[in-house]
Amino acid sequence: MLAFILRRLLQSIAVLLTVGLVAFSLFRYVGDPINAMVGQDTSMEDREALREKLGLNDPAPIQFFHFIVNAAQGKFGLSYRTSEPVGRLIAERIPATLELSFCAAVFALFVGVPMGVYTGLYPRHWSSRLFQAVSLIGISLPTFLIGILLILVFAVWLRLLPSFGRGDTVMIGWWSTGFLTWSGLKALILPSITLGMFQLTLLMRLVRSEMLEVMRADYIKFARARGLTNRAINFGHALKNTLVPVITVTGLQLGALIAFAIVTETVFAWPGVGQLFIQSVQFSDVPVMAAYLLLIGLLFVLINLAVDLLYFVVDPRLRSQGGSARVAGH
Amino acid sequence: MTVTAAVATVLIVAIAFLSPVLAPHTPFDPATLNLIDGLKPPAMLSSDGDWTFPLGTDDQGRDVLSSIMYGTRLSLAVGFASVVVAMVLGIGLGLVSGYFGGTIDAVIMRIADVQLTFPAILVALLIDGIVRSTISVQRHDEIALFVIVGAIGLSFWVQYARTVRGSVMVEKNKEYVQAARVIGLSPLLIMVRHVLPNVTGPVLVIATINLGLAIITEATLSFLGVGLPPTEPSLGTLIRLGNEVLQSGDWWITVFPGATLAALVLAVNLLGDWLRDALNPKLR
Repeated sequence: MLAFILRRLLQSIAVLLTVGLVAFSLFRYVGDPINAMVGQDTSMEDREALREKLGLNDPAPIQFFHFIVNAAQGKFGLSYRTSEPVGRLIAERIPATLELSFCAAVFALFVGVPMGVYTGLYPRHWSSRLFQAVSLIGISLPTFLIGILLILVFAVWLRLLPSFGRGDTVMIGWWSTGFLTWSGLKALILPSITLGMFQLTLLMRLVRSEMLEVMRADYIKFARARGLTNRAINFGHALKNTLVPVITVTGLQLGALIAFAIVTETVFAWPGVGQLFIQSVQFSDVPVMAAYLLLIGLLFVLINLAVDLLYFVVDPRLRSQGGSARVAGH
Repeated sequence: MTVTAAVATVLIVAIAFLSPVLAPHTPFDPATLNLIDGLKPPAMLSSDGDWTFPLGTDDQGRDVLSSIMYGTRLSLAVGFASVVVAMVLGIGLGLVSGYFGGTIDAVIMRIADVQLTFPAILVALLIDGIVRSTISVQRHDEIALFVIVGAIGLSFWVQYARTVRGSVMVEKNKEYVQAARVIGLSPLLIMVRHVLPNVTGPVLVIATINLGLAIITEATLSFLGVGLPPTEPSLGTLIRLGNEVLQSGDWWITVFPGATLAALVLAVNLLGDWLRDALNPKLR
């Protein structure tokens, strides 16, 4: 098991370095960093001096090394758009994105999994068919359209919920949270539903097909023959065995949630890192783009690693095999 | 269900491509617009409406129905084109990777792994951002169509490459490939003429499923304001423009293009599902 974890760690570091290389090439070769920093009337000598001072004349591998070392300390230089340090810009906005993604994930899990269990247990019931049809529509509707429709109904027509921003936030250290105020919580509802909808349908369909498969297995028949209650069979035996794929998908989708927050944040004018990224794409603000790329890369790698480790906790069969089966199946 | 989807798809495609003939107005010719016609509600739902604008008009006085018809045409064209780009790129790299193996294979597949770490929309956004920072804004608007096709194409190639590579690795050890090699055909000829026809089945299935995804990605990019410019609006751009006036209650400018987009993607997805089942020998 230790060898497996070590190998996964090495792979993660390799992926991160590659992402770092892409971010570095962006930073260094797309547009001239010097042009972005100095005025029009700076002389060639001054530019050359600045170039030397910033280390832009060093060989590329050495520059890359410096870039990685700085990135690890959260130093990404100044934003071309606002001239603020990129690290601070991102740190200010990351709590908003993480809180939104967290709520969306909770929504998707706590609604999607029970719906999947229900439709898996009673596939022929009319309400299951209804859920299925709705989920097909949910997969075909783009995220931003769901958001717009929710705004139209709940904010414009019914005037129940706010359509933009985070409401009032409370600072805990450097972390600004919307969980502690009434308006902050209300502001979270629509964006979380929008962001979680796709994951909800995905989870529902996954749990449903897994349940259908598991319910046909022999051990379910035997559990029934032993006279266990339906409840014990459905949740203790059946649902437990559908958990491994559910964990994989939830984990991978957690990363997708943070990435797709870009769209939801734009619809709801949510002040998170996704909105920052869109602005940086529109203004070709390369340092912010590079930093965001690295941040997302880091998050994805960490999530994948955590998912891999979770398998060992959930599935005892893997522990005895040392995880080789899982690696082959990846 | 499938028949309905097929009919709906054919209908939408036909209407979209005949839009210059069928559309009641030419919405993006400024000479035909009249601001007095602005923000008219849909004629079929409101007595304030004007039957020359069945689905109402936007704030510039453009007919929503005609905009939707032209927009659908663009969305479909971008969707198809980017699937083709992704397919050609993916098949090419997959063939090379599977046929030659070794270092080339390792390099291509590691790139694929890293790219797969990120959702396609993020890759497309990034490519668009890179192009934006290398050329001027005006120039970008002119070539926006190609940029977006390229960006979506580049973000979807991995699936094709992996599938083709897998099939090629099976096929290349079969006798007909060895025979072709023995009679001295060049690797390029063997790959294109002999191996490729035997690996296209699964690729076509992925392509149909990806078409819906490509249309959604284009709409999302346009909605985010980094896709097609307002002078050449796709469905996503129309939804974005409508979203800007949504707060004042003029819902029809957003809802009708949105409903069209949803119907289009749903129909394409249903067709894709059907094609997957039809082409999958295990289910036959």
